[in-house]
Amino acid sequence: MADTPSQPPSQPPILEATDLFKIYTMGNVEVNALRGVSLTVSPGEFVAVMGTSGSGKSTLMNILGCLDRPTRGTYHLVGREVSRLDRDDLADIRLQVLGFVFQSFNLLARTSALENVELPMIYAGVGGKERRLRAAKALERVGLAGRLDHTPNQLSGGQQQRVAIARAIVTEPRLILADEPTGNLDSRTSLEIMALFQELGRSGITIVLVTHEADIAAFTQRVILMRDGKIQSDRRQTPTDARAAVEAYEEAPE
Amino acid sequence: MNIFATLRIAVLALLRNKMRSFLTVLGIIIGVGAVIAMVAIGEGAKAEVQKTFDAMGTNMLVVRSGSSRTGGVRGGAGSQPTLTWDDVTAIRNEAGGVARVSPSLRQSAQILGDGQNWTSSVEGVATDYFAIRAWSLQHGGFFTEADVSSSAKVALLGGTVSDNLFGAGANAVGSVVRINNMPFEVVGVLARKGQSGMGQDSDDVVLIPVTTFASKIQGGLKKYLQGSIYVGATSSADTSLAQRQVEALLRARHRVRDGADDDFTVNNLAEIASARQEGTETMTRLLAGIALVSLLVGGIGIMNIMLVSVTERTREIGLRMAIGAKPGDIRLQFVIEAVVLSVIGGAFGVGLGVGAAEYMASQYGWATLVQPQIVVISLGFSAVVGIGFGLYPAHKASGLDPIQALRFE
Repeated sequence: MADTPSQPPSQPPILEATDLFKIYTMGNVEVNALRGVSLTVSPGEFVAVMGTSGSGKSTLMNILGCLDRPTRGTYHLVGREVSRLDRDDLADIRLQVLGFVFQSFNLLARTSALENVELPMIYAGVGGKERRLRAAKALERVGLAGRLDHTPNQLSGGQQQRVAIARAIVTEPRLILADEPTGNLDSRTSLEIMALFQELGRSGITIVLVTHEADIAAFTQRVILMRDGKIQSDRRQTPTDARAAVEAYEEAPE
Repeated sequence: MNIFATLRIAVLALLRNKMRSFLTVLGIIIGVGAVIAMVAIGEGAKAEVQKTFDAMGTNMLVVRSGSSRTGGVRGGAGSQPTLTWDDVTAIRNEAGGVARVSPSLRQSAQILGDGQNWTSSVEGVATDYFAIRAWSLQHGGFFTEADVSSSAKVALLGGTVSDNLFGAGANAVGSVVRINNMPFEVVGVLARKGQSGMGQDSDDVVLIPVTTFASKIQGGLKKYLQGSIYVGATSSADTSLAQRQVEALLRARHRVRDGADDDFTVNNLAEIASARQEGTETMTRLLAGIALVSLLVGGIGIMNIMLVSVTERTREIGLRMAIGAKPGDIRLQFVIEAVVLSVIGGAFGVGLGVGAAEYMASQYGWATLVQPQIVVISLGFSAVVGIGFGLYPAHKASGLDPIQALRFE
């Protein structure tokens, strides 16, 4: 490990994973996807997890996202031990605490942006009127105020990812997990999405983002490098301003 | 998560695949439609049989004389007159389950009226006969007890006789007809009954007082009654009781020894009617059974499509789970999709079935009857089919691992 980042002691960590192991059994072969990962993230941090494929970063994200449970180790999310909860309780945690952004957007086809954003609130039992109001607000926040009735195939990739981000933030989660959110986008759009994440980060939402592009990781405050199921390095950095990068991109001659 | 939101999700999901949803629903439409149409045909046939027996007279027993025996040769029922006029009185007075009794003497005779002639069956009866056989009037009135006791020469014409002598629809009341060349005054024309259960024309008949018949048409035997006795039981439930009473009474009166055969026969028409009813009931069940099979096939169609849908929407299921849907929410969504398909199919199926029943009634003259309860049962059954066949695909969907599901291509 390189340098261990210091935490502001007054703030309890938003997530605290201790000595996580994940062992998959495939036939007779045991695959050690995680071999003792410990990680603490404070509220408001913008963290990038990097690593080659097979480094265990996806497994770590699945456990952090309460989609999977570790074989060994403990995981506290907003102070609650969640590594042994059952499927229903995990679903509740995901609903209340987490927001997900995926590489392939995962929007419902032939469904309007507004309705896509309403989706998590349906499972949270929010009434129809309030759902629409909050969904419209979330879409406004990601800069799609005029696109409420557009279906995914009427939107560009960047716009689709914005809808997905609106869907992630509409439940006011404490933590957003983004799995290669710029993987399917061109460089210009990637910068815009990163600028949006930075704005969300400034408003207090904690973001953990998986990427294998160093220039995307440069927009975050902290970069964790995974290798062979372990954390190889964990360093803090001063993030590059994505908004400025967008403007620079516009001025650059084609 | 409330049921309306789930319902909405289900309907939206179905609308995303309109053609497929329609074809799936078609299976249920045909299934439910077939059940309704088939049961309508069966029920219609049953009602038709019921109508025939109602026209013949309900709660009715027919007592006939026994058979003659000359050496080893036995004649048919009624070949040996054993019933007496006193038997009629005795049945009326002594059998508790009996409400009405009338003798019936019958003979073919030529009838003249208004310059026409027509050969018909002339029947001598008492006034109770009208109620036993459920006769009603088209014109005029029945003859009375006084007519019977005074052997009045009055006649009631059946519809066929009236039409043939006086022309269709004519009111023959007050006219005179000649039966075996004796003048009779027409006091009434009977309302039509149509064909009897045995295919005979019930309206080809002339009713006259039994006393007149015995004195003028058929001299015959003094003591014995050369015909049958019609007995009306107090209620349809009492026909069997009345039958036993009449049998016991006649055996005693005719001094039939224990163990010896009756010298008369009693036909219980209610029993024949219920046997015929059972026949049509069986047909209804058979038709409904065949139709249910097609409904079942429709249900399997739903299961098939739901399974395809679960596979195809694996990523959607993964996403829903990732953003907080519980396995139960996913299961409910797919069950509701299946139920929506089957209930919509059921509703249109009811329309199709009722339409088909009416088409058959108007086009082929088949008697059909759509019972409201069969509509409710079919709709309920189609919903059950939806739940039953939707449950397995829904269970499969809810058991998906969100990580695998999200990665599914």
